[in-house]
Amino acid sequence: MLLQVKDLTVRYGGHLAVWEAGFTLGEGEVLGLVGESGAGKSTIGRALLRLVPEPGRIVSGAITFKGRDLLGLPEAELRALRGAEITLIPQDPLAALNPAFRIGLQATDALAIHRGLSRREAEGVMARLLARMGIPDPEDALRRYPHELSGGMRQRVLIAIAFSCGPSLLVADEPTTSLDVTTQAQILRLLDGLRSETGVATCFITHDLGVVAHLTHRVAILYAGCLVEQAPTDRILAAPLHPYTRALVRSLPLDGIMPALQGPPQACPFSDRCPERMAICDTAHPPLKSVGAGHQVACHLY
Amino acid sequence: MTALLEVQNLKTHYRLGGWLSRRRVLRAVDGVNLTLAARQTLAVVGESGSGKTTLGRTILRLVEPTDGRIILDGQDISRLSQARLRPLRRRMQIVFQHPYASLNPRKRVGQIVAQPLRVHRVPGNHRRQVGELLERVGLSASAAKHYPHEFSGGQRQRIAIARALALRPDLIVLDEITSGLDVTVKLRVLALLRELQAEFHLAYLFISHDLSVVRTVSDRVAVMYLGRIVEEAPTEALFERPLHPYTQVLKASIPEPAARGNWNPPVLVGEAPSPVNVPPGCRFHPRCPLAQAVCREVEPELRELAPAHRVACHLAEAPPHFYPHPPHPHPPHPPLSPSGGEDKGEGEDR
Repeated sequence: MLLQVKDLTVRYGGHLAVWEAGFTLGEGEVLGLVGESGAGKSTIGRALLRLVPEPGRIVSGAITFKGRDLLGLPEAELRALRGAEITLIPQDPLAALNPAFRIGLQATDALAIHRGLSRREAEGVMARLLARMGIPDPEDALRRYPHELSGGMRQRVLIAIAFSCGPSLLVADEPTTSLDVTTQAQILRLLDGLRSETGVATCFITHDLGVVAHLTHRVAILYAGCLVEQAPTDRILAAPLHPYTRALVRSLPLDGIMPALQGPPQACPFSDRCPERMAICDTAHPPLKSVGAGHQVACHLY
Repeated sequence: MTALLEVQNLKTHYRLGGWLSRRRVLRAVDGVNLTLAARQTLAVVGESGSGKTTLGRTILRLVEPTDGRIILDGQDISRLSQARLRPLRRRMQIVFQHPYASLNPRKRVGQIVAQPLRVHRVPGNHRRQVGELLERVGLSASAAKHYPHEFSGGQRQRIAIARALALRPDLIVLDEITSGLDVTVKLRVLALLRELQAEFHLAYLFISHDLSVVRTVSDRVAVMYLGRIVEEAPTEALFERPLHPYTQVLKASIPEPAARGNWNPPVLVGEAPSPVNVPPGCRFHPRCPLAQAVCREVEPELRELAPAHRVACHLAEAPPHFYPHPPHPHPPHPPLSPSGGEDKGEGEDR
């Protein structure tokens, strides 16, 4: 197993962003982390790099990557992994690039730091990667500032950076959310091509089930910081079990809004929006239960 | 049925400032024709920069048109003075994309929703009317006492809808109103819009980039590209039989969950040109895989090729349509691990 996450709990001040989430990721596997904004999916993605922003804290749990305990790793060893072995494609490419530096300088950092290449060597490698990304004149792109590129081009640059050192784990945090639909299709296609060629294991964070359907092998559904269902993608799409997953897959409207967890859940976090609510749902938090091959669900119905 | 709204050859151009670009003109909306019947929903879809938001705002005269006519219920409002326009504003309202920016954070919800009633001096008990409006959009009347920041994005959008309803308009422009919302919340807001449409006899101009949303709410769809409508059709016809190559690309670009394992989105070459540099001929020709000589020279007009189905493409009749898939767009893979790559003779990629 490449990555194992166990009972991960992340707290932001008085609010639990993630509560005892656990999942695994095999070599070359793509796991979709799905949920609405605030469900904790990006927080989990950041936790995999131990980059949960302040005032967030990983308060308990374990993340094991290639047999190493990521949460116990000294910062120096972690830095050797970040950007090389474990990389991130962020959601907002404009925010992720420094507006004051040319693309060339920012895009070659990882290669210079982790691979010890000179800037010129690194730019050569980058130019070839960017060409592979469908950027027509990569040398020119490297000389530009981020604002001179379109959103789609910037996202291509960030994908190139994420792949530049040959990672074994990629965290893709809604990489196409800010893009137009035709650009999104091109970027997803590109990303999927690169992923299958390199065999990088991927955590694909998204709220879009269409993206999930086309890019992932397995899906974990998050709601209010809790993992409510996990299954192979085919099963999630064909036979979703959790009422929340069913609403997502079948496009059912839901009343109400997702609560924010203040402390360990005493009830099902979905109960007040759930069309199948029972008495027990308000008094006990349902544990994640195995209901078939690789299929787990946290719901009192099962 | 006579049209509630008719837009003829509407243009909104912006003169770009700065001494270097003095003569440059951004043609945000560049010759749009459309009609919208009472109680109907016309969706305007397009990607960023297509001019759809400017179109909505120009129709309401929130942005001044450069040319063309905007006819509301038989009356040309495109050149009315703001004073003459004011009473007509009761009939046309707008809900904006960002419910965080469009609700004044210093005002209570009650004041926000009552504002149009005050401005237009509507008689009656405003507090009671506001309470009814809030309840009608699925909030409680007591929401009036709270501030916008106390509400979620979906609830704020409901507040903005209540405000737009306050004057009982005939037409509401809905500008990307679901784009920041989570999917289950989005579906709830769309259901509410349908109920309100039936109850208050509303016509919607539904501006969106999201084709799947458009499909569920609209009677007709107009597709915009670089300031022009390239195709307009009844919703089902547009989705089942899109005639314009751009519409076909848009549709094929949506990752439909049902097509798992079988999604092969077409590749559009290049990026959308800027509305400052509109290409001659068909605006889509530089990116169109079917483009021929005529497309580079002659701008196609909208033509009705099927009942109520209009398309601006010289080649729209020529079957078969898309998409023989283009060859794999990417050159061979360069080395991903730079150390291993140097000696493997991967120089074959150019």
